[in-house]
Amino acid sequence: MIWEVFRQERKGQPFVHGGSFHAPNQAFADAYAREFYARRQESVALWIVPREAITAIEEFPDEFDLKYRRVDGYSIKERLREARERAGTASTDGAR
Amino acid sequence: MNDRARLLLELADDELILGWRNSEWTGIAPFLEEDVAFSSIAQNEIGHARALYELAARELGTDADALAFDRTLEEYRSAPLVELRRLEWARTIARHWLYETADAVRLEALKASDDPEIAGLAAKMDREETYHRIHAEMWLDRLLAAPEGRTRLEEGLRELWPYALGVLDDELRPVFVERVRARLPFELPDVEPVPRGRHEAELKELLGEMTMVRRSAPTGARW
Repeated sequence: MIWEVFRQERKGQPFVHGGSFHAPNQAFADAYAREFYARRQESVALWIVPREAITAIEEFPDEFDLKYRRVDGYSIKERLREARERAGTASTDGAR
Repeated sequence: MNDRARLLLELADDELILGWRNSEWTGIAPFLEEDVAFSSIAQNEIGHARALYELAARELGTDADALAFDRTLEEYRSAPLVELRRLEWARTIARHWLYETADAVRLEALKASDDPEIAGLAAKMDREETYHRIHAEMWLDRLLAAPEGRTRLEEGLRELWPYALGVLDDELRPVFVERVRARLPFELPDVEPVPRGRHEAELKELLGEMTMVRRSAPTGARW
């Protein structure tokens, strides 16, 4: 049985995938995760998940090129400045 | 040598020799994950040995390395259980579980000691030993869960039982025996303990190997 491990390096940070290993059950997985990902104090917390419990989604159709939905689609800077002026909260640096 | 130093050396020698024996699985444990875990446990045991030797060394006016490496075979106080060599995996787990179970009884007593240094070190060691016990217990359950594992574990436990009884003194032994019997689904016989102070033939070989680097370098060499 394969287990995926997500580790948190410091409190408040997101959990990041650390790797995977074989273990026959939860008890073994807990013990091995500790030894593999935390014995040098390199993690403050671990999430241990059986690989089969993870749902993988890989198909994302994008047939009509809706580029305005993408973060790099168009600049929001100018619109934000106008909105701030209307609201009377214009920021001096304009970019924030 | 006073009782305090003798006690510290018993503990330190047990941890050092068992740590060494467990590290003999490094690279050849049944699978990679276990190789890493068991090697890590071995390193922990050797870390405990060092802390215990340091405490004993202050008592005896020497240093930890001298106690670990420069004594004669007869001066080692380790229990014969930890000295046995080249056990196959089920027997290794049998020894690991028997030792951790006995060690837990011993640490509980030491944590309640009037000696603040010993009580403090025992508490510190116990925080790591907790995970060794979890590891030993999960393996015990795993082996007991399948007929082949159970047969091989039972053989190992029967063979090592007299040795395990020799780890603790007369005062603590009954607690250990009770815990072992309550945990196992089969009976272990009433037998005489193999006492501490007697050494298995394998210890001589182990000490030869363990002190090789120390003997090859002039005293006081650092690396």
